[in-house]
Amino acid sequence: MGDAPATNTGPGRVLIAVYALFAVAATSRSAYQIATRFDEAPVPFLLSAFAALVYLVATVALARPGSTAYRVAVAAVLVELAGVLIVGSATAFGAGDFPRDTVWSDFGRGYGFVPLVLPFAGLWWLRRSMTASRS
Amino acid sequence: MLDVLAYVVIGASLAYAAWCLYAVVRNQVPREPHVIGAGVVELLLVVQLVVAVIMLAVEGSPDQLGVFIAYLVVSLLVLPLGLFWALAEKSRWGTAVLLVAALAVPVVVVRLQQLWDGVGG
Repeated sequence: MGDAPATNTGPGRVLIAVYALFAVAATSRSAYQIATRFDEAPVPFLLSAFAALVYLVATVALARPGSTAYRVAVAAVLVELAGVLIVGSATAFGAGDFPRDTVWSDFGRGYGFVPLVLPFAGLWWLRRSMTASRS
Repeated sequence: MLDVLAYVVIGASLAYAAWCLYAVVRNQVPREPHVIGAGVVELLLVVQLVVAVIMLAVEGSPDQLGVFIAYLVVSLLVLPLGLFWALAEKSRWGTAVLLVAALAVPVVVVRLQQLWDGVGG
């Protein structure tokens, strides 16, 4: 493991569990959208599938040791933050007919705003585990 | 779906979650009683699965049968996966993982109910 930050112990353990849950939630949401109305609205499906992918990558990267996994985790969490802020703003402030039924719509309101809090928790934890590995 | 059974499952998993929260606050690592507690909730979920399969055969299937079955499978996987992930962590955070898993169960059960009743989204 060397000096690479350990992201998969302590509070990170809980964080990874929540990320895994959202990977499943976003995947099932996109599966539901394929099953019901992919033809009329491919955009929500694509967004949900993208969110699912981001959560999946973040889950695996946080759970794995090593500095490459750490960098991937940082990138995934930043993309997640951008995703929830962009999709959240576009839906909450009504920019056109942006899809309302993805994990990130209205800043994750349908999921108790956890999708909005999660990337901040992720960045906090990534930073904290980096500091811990250096001391 | 059988409403009464769903309420029992939701009540049991919330009670289990409260117990896990209490253990987290008291700085306890996940121990044998927590595994047994998860087993009890899991048993109720298995009962719900059996009842759901019987009702699928008797009353016919909901509109989104595939998604419904996917949620049924997920409902059984949440706690075993949570235990697997929790027990390797010898700190209060292991117990906190169990808390997260326990809180996910009622969400899945409510979604199952919605899918059965044909409510969208």
